[in-house]
Amino acid sequence: MTHVVVDPITRIEGHLRIEAEVEGGRVRDAWSSAPMFRGIELVLQGRDPRDAWAFTQRICGVCTTVHAIASIRAVEAAIGAVPPPNARLLRNLVMATHCVQDHVIHFYHLHALDWVDLVSALSADPARAATLAQSISDWPLSSPKYFAGVRARLRALAESKQLGPFANAYWGHPAYRLPPEANLMAVAHYLEALDWQREFIRVHAILGGKNPHLQSFLVGGMATPVDPDRAASLNAGSIAAMRKLVASAREFVSKVYLPDLLAVAAAYLDWAGHGAGVGNYLVYGEYPEADGPNAPLYLPAGVIRGRDLSKVERPDPAKITEEVEHAWYAYPAGARALNPSEGVTRPVYSGPRPPYERLDTSAKYSWLKSPRYDGLPMEVGPLARVLVAYASRHEAVRKAVDGVLQRLKVGPEALFSTLGRTAARAVETLVLVDKMGEWVEALADAMARRDRRICDTARWDPASWPARASGAGFHEAPRGALGHWVRIEDRRIANYQCVVPTTWNAGPRDAAGHRGPYEEALVATPIADPARPLELLRTVHSFDPCLACGVHVVDARGRALGEALET
Amino acid sequence: MREGRQGLLAELERRGVTRREFIRFCGAMAAALGLPGGASAQIAGALRTAPKPTLVWLEFQDCAGNTESFLRASRPTVANLILDTISVDYHETIMAAPGTQAEEALARVVAESRGQYLAVVEGSIPLADGGVYCCIAGRTALDIAKRVCGGAAATIAVGTCATHGGIPGAAPNPTGAVGVGEAVPGLRNLINLTACPMNVENLTALIVYYLTFKQWPPLDAERRPLFAHGKLLHDACERRAHFNAGEFAEAWGDEGHCNGYCLFKMGCKGPVTFYNCPTIRWNEGTSWPVQCGHGCIGCAEPRFWDRMTPFYGHLPLTPGIGADIDRVGLAATGLVAAGFAVHGVTSYVKRAAERELPAEKSVPPPDRKGNGP
Repeated sequence: MTHVVVDPITRIEGHLRIEAEVEGGRVRDAWSSAPMFRGIELVLQGRDPRDAWAFTQRICGVCTTVHAIASIRAVEAAIGAVPPPNARLLRNLVMATHCVQDHVIHFYHLHALDWVDLVSALSADPARAATLAQSISDWPLSSPKYFAGVRARLRALAESKQLGPFANAYWGHPAYRLPPEANLMAVAHYLEALDWQREFIRVHAILGGKNPHLQSFLVGGMATPVDPDRAASLNAGSIAAMRKLVASAREFVSKVYLPDLLAVAAAYLDWAGHGAGVGNYLVYGEYPEADGPNAPLYLPAGVIRGRDLSKVERPDPAKITEEVEHAWYAYPAGARALNPSEGVTRPVYSGPRPPYERLDTSAKYSWLKSPRYDGLPMEVGPLARVLVAYASRHEAVRKAVDGVLQRLKVGPEALFSTLGRTAARAVETLVLVDKMGEWVEALADAMARRDRRICDTARWDPASWPARASGAGFHEAPRGALGHWVRIEDRRIANYQCVVPTTWNAGPRDAAGHRGPYEEALVATPIADPARPLELLRTVHSFDPCLACGVHVVDARGRALGEALET
Repeated sequence: MREGRQGLLAELERRGVTRREFIRFCGAMAAALGLPGGASAQIAGALRTAPKPTLVWLEFQDCAGNTESFLRASRPTVANLILDTISVDYHETIMAAPGTQAEEALARVVAESRGQYLAVVEGSIPLADGGVYCCIAGRTALDIAKRVCGGAAATIAVGTCATHGGIPGAAPNPTGAVGVGEAVPGLRNLINLTACPMNVENLTALIVYYLTFKQWPPLDAERRPLFAHGKLLHDACERRAHFNAGEFAEAWGDEGHCNGYCLFKMGCKGPVTFYNCPTIRWNEGTSWPVQCGHGCIGCAEPRFWDRMTPFYGHLPLTPGIGADIDRVGLAATGLVAAGFAVHGVTSYVKRAAERELPAEKSVPPPDRKGNGP
């Protein structure tokens, strides 16, 4: 038996460590650990609740909209602010833009090199690469000359002996299976996607002033004025720019991303049999189509247990708990699992003193807690959303999923896998990029009606708030179900808590010994060479880890500030 | 072929960048750096022969926001190639190799290019409890920073977390987070490129300057480059004329807000922030926060999470303000000029932010006595 440690897991956001036992060419057991902690929720204590979005936004620069959205929703729920229709449309566009851009970056820049051998692309025949590219898509950049140019760039890099970020990787590993021409095509699209993401994200600059960390969120609405008659507001020019950017995104997603996904998946279909994970899925739902609480959502909420697509439950926040059996925190005596509305977090590090080689995984081993729903570990993210929508007979999702399954000649059970997770992300991107155009046109219609409302200003002044209030805000981030809980006393934050997608997915074992979703998905993964565990990366990356998000201190319940570090 | 030719221009030409694009880029960089006209020729001359430098990018208590900003490098497009042409030998978020192989790549740079590579640091360094709040490959952030930055030709701290502790270092600073300069005192050639996150256009300009002149541009007392932090944001703001005229947005979405009036009364911190955000802007020059309708939050200033909050309270530039906003423009200009004259930017901001804010407009800052590093 070999003990494998991969730290740092690269091509993710943040710091993640995986330890695994490999026996007979397969993972026998695995442990997921987060070795970084900041404590942003403690920092929030006592502050103006209208500022909280900017603080929580900095939980993550990759997920640069998601904590801001969850935060303003939580505060709005607490104080009774209702954002007007324009704010809903602006937020839907901001969220969907982020999700689309983030999924493309994940596929090409964080995940692709698990399937694509860069060095093999050096020996590709450009003419054959062109034939291949033209057989799967009518994307215009597909001539032999174009691919010869990409190959020349790659060769120049290789000859310079300075491979930069591509140095020392697992090139030539036996688990790489694509022909050189497919590898060259993928590398070309890696570079194109780098340009495309930069261009498309200008939607965020238009709606939020900048990306990353856009700056137009407000409790009660958005700060971007909407007025077709003013140069200093969103106007016809902004609509035209967004139409163009959304149209080019549709083009890129349908003609590059989806065909590439299908080509890669067809070569690695056995990965529809690996990485299934816990088989329970949690989705809060997203993209409100009307205003006020309980508005209908474009992507539906739901809970699926044990891979049973015949039943979708309505999620109940009261069933959410967090456990710290294997996390570096202490709970009050007798408490095992706490709901976020009454959560307690005291960081108490009990791991090895650095520098260290191994964690003691029989004890506490991570800065992530273990969130559970009704006592069960849950997978969250694009696969969960696509499964819930599919099982709920969502028309656009069903059409996109069935299209992918038919092309790959597999049934829906193939979705419960590493490959299914990666495919679900592409399906969701396609569905969202189709929907975005509708929101742009709805905004144009509102402008034409001279509807200039962007914020519920009646609740802006803290004097209009009750002395005590509490609320929760939910959001479907690119990586999954996100919840923020806030309690406000005397117009300041008394308690702030987040339960985050990567905490759900990457969290450690619970008191009952259930593995977290990463850990469970890694069990039985084939490993050809324990010194170069490429296959392990495939499954971990299929979740799109984001560790800065995952690690957080919840609970700021009226304790002395210094108490957090009491040991 | 131009085999045998060394330097950045040769490398760029191999990658399809024309000489003309290259010269235009050098001109743009000279302008961004605030250098006189002749400097672009000097930059071009230096870059033609500069060897391809090695860069390692360390991430500690970070959110990857500066990495995301780095990926948006865009203006001019050749800037992207300049960055591409720097050999980025270690960067957790983008590098292909994981674990042992990644750490080997870093160790190789430190051992083989000692005193020659550039280190970029993103994220703060936690000093509390022996550094257990940030470990990579079993080693603490402090241990890694000492080893890697200590052997670098120069260190660029990017973003307010790496420069001054940022959000992890905001009160009550649960993990004892500090910036690189405080964590590793005496580091040679440290420069602080602040803001949350830093703007990649400034990083590009900074690296070009370094390659050209083999030294950093002039710095302020916080070791920030003056080309990016030498001028008051308020002075370059497109809404400044409205401030002078006493025209203010009073509520989100009101007539003044739609008209692009000054956001001072909505909490804008532009009058106390030294940063070139309005001139370089974001995402291919598309916009910046004030243009889109939200006030500046002062993110380029040290410890802004404590000093610039509450974000929606307007600046306490004159005591008892609120009744006669039209007089504020004059008062603010005078005070800021005084602050700038002595270049006591930090202490000025601190003094200003520590004063009580008008109660009717905002929540008073929380009591945080006796905490923070």
